[in-house]
Amino acid sequence: MADVTLRKVVKRYDDVEAVRGIDLDIADHEFVVLVGPSGCGKSTTLRMIAGLEDISDGDIMIGGDVVNDVPPKDRDIAMVFQNYALYPHMTVAENMSFGLRLKNYPKAEIKSRVTEAARMLDITDLIDRKPKQLSGGQRQRVAMGRAIVRNPKVFLFDEPLSNLDAKLRVQMRIEIKKVHQKVRTTTVYVTHDQVEAMTLADRVVVMNHGRIEQIGTPNELYHKPATKFVASFIGSPAMNFVPCRLEDVGGKLHVRLTDRLAFPLPPARAARYQAVPRTDKLLLGIRPEHITEARPHAEPGIEPFDAVLDVTEPMGMETLVYFTLEGTQVCGRVNPNAGAQDGGPLRLAVDLNNMHLLNEVTGAVL
Amino acid sequence: MVDVTFQPNRVAGAQATRKRGGLRNALRRKSTVAFVMTLPLILLILILVVYPAFYSLHLATLNKSMAKFVGFGNFEFLFKRDTFWLVVKQSCIFAISAVVFKALIGFIVAHFVHNVPAKKQRKWRGMLLVPWVIPPAMSTLAWLWLFDPSYSAFNYTLSFFGIGPIPWTGDAMWARFSVILVNVWYGAPFFMIMYLAALKSVPEQLYEAAAIDGANWWQRIWYVTLPMMRNIIAITTLFSLIVTFANFDIVRILTAGGPLDHTHIFATWAFRVGIEGSDVPLGASVSLFMVPILAVAAIFILRDISKRGNEA
Repeated sequence: MADVTLRKVVKRYDDVEAVRGIDLDIADHEFVVLVGPSGCGKSTTLRMIAGLEDISDGDIMIGGDVVNDVPPKDRDIAMVFQNYALYPHMTVAENMSFGLRLKNYPKAEIKSRVTEAARMLDITDLIDRKPKQLSGGQRQRVAMGRAIVRNPKVFLFDEPLSNLDAKLRVQMRIEIKKVHQKVRTTTVYVTHDQVEAMTLADRVVVMNHGRIEQIGTPNELYHKPATKFVASFIGSPAMNFVPCRLEDVGGKLHVRLTDRLAFPLPPARAARYQAVPRTDKLLLGIRPEHITEARPHAEPGIEPFDAVLDVTEPMGMETLVYFTLEGTQVCGRVNPNAGAQDGGPLRLAVDLNNMHLLNEVTGAVL
Repeated sequence: MVDVTFQPNRVAGAQATRKRGGLRNALRRKSTVAFVMTLPLILLILILVVYPAFYSLHLATLNKSMAKFVGFGNFEFLFKRDTFWLVVKQSCIFAISAVVFKALIGFIVAHFVHNVPAKKQRKWRGMLLVPWVIPPAMSTLAWLWLFDPSYSAFNYTLSFFGIGPIPWTGDAMWARFSVILVNVWYGAPFFMIMYLAALKSVPEQLYEAAAIDGANWWQRIWYVTLPMMRNIIAITTLFSLIVTFANFDIVRILTAGGPLDHTHIFATWAFRVGIEGSDVPLGASVSLFMVPILAVAAIFILRDISKRGNEA
């Protein structure tokens, strides 16, 4: 068990900078997820922590020791790979015990650790099989078992669920969370799936173009994104961004979306955005769940408006509705009984208490 | 697949039975079609493999003038001759040591080439394959000149270090060494190219997993590379063992079996007694003797491969 620290870590390939100076403190026992689109440098960062990639600049510390030049085998880490990387010629038990056997652990100790890990992962019956005789989910369990028996300082997961089907992925996600609750080993987990990131992480690190966009708990990222990238990447369906500007109407601050559509801001928001120049090009960021069917009674900050729907997507527990504002497609989530129909009109309401205002040029959330 | 596509034809064929002749019906049957399609290959095997094999079996049972049937007489005669046992011993030494060194050198060189950046790798691969693509009869001539006792490059170079002159092809032990050396030089590129292909098929992540598991360089080779290459190693070894055992040209040109039969192997000695000694039946008996030895090796190696294939 140990904390992991990255200080201004840079990775350069010939003429490309894959990772551009990352600072990250991961506390002992913490479960941190690196998330971002492909090519954002998240896997490279993980591989640098593992020692599989040299770092071009900066420092990586595990348990307080700088490990920049320490080979992977001496870093006391365990890694779970996307395609499992099980040794095909070894049985499950041999796969799991390989690291311990290399370190000349006593046989009894190896056996008890393998048995314990197999029991924890529910693969006791498979212990004598070869990887080819296992399903994807079972292989993933074995790969995790191989990491667990080592009892390392840090677990590293490199997109471990990408090769599984959707149902199994949900199941394994829960397994991974359970395992972490039991063994409490510091974990760094890489994924491009924001749902995995949100559900697993103590803290999420959102990366883009080799830089960290934001670090925070899942709730912080969801409710207080720092940039447009984070706002759009976290949450499904994604946040709506509608071009807008601020204007003063009768002494009250309004956000104007179209010539005919403007909403007065609730007092708390108005105070916050008072200093924003009225001429700035802005974006109104609003999550689909904050655009719902209009309620009969007025509530503070919830503004009704009429829309003509383009498409509706009934999801069962809710219906997604899509409409267009000045050429921008907007998504809302309404009650299935609200009477939403393709091409039909619907009175909707936007909850401005949960709005975000972004600078269209810089992408910063104001 | 085949079953499904051929089913309707069979039904149609069954109906046609009552109306038309038997030949047409037979042609429609699945097994007949399959037989006709494989007939060219079967004929080829019959002409090029089965007939010569049985003919040499037949030859081996005749007397020198090929007029009288002598049964196992030729073999009985061979078993009593010291030269024959010398040839058996030499063939085994020649084939086994040559294959071992070819495999070893091929493995090491394949690792070097594997670690060369992709762009330069093609050049190295091409250059290293040269010994294998030159007809051995020609390259062995070049080696013969290199081995010449009085004015060759080897002995000339060694003379600077005060060594030699070494009788490369004149002394029994040195001659054995020389034929093995040339055979290794000629055959190692084949192993190199096979092992290189096998190395490329080992997933990189297995090495990364092993590195994280704590394996050092040697342990990665022992626990990951070798087990992953086992089938290729087995097949190449078997193939090379057969070819090396049956080698003719290198020994024939370099030493012609000399000095005093001390480098003869099955093929060269069979040629010596059969063609040069005008005793074709005896030569056939000598060359037939390779079959049981190679068959035993093939059974062991192939059984191991199919066993692993089943568990995988």
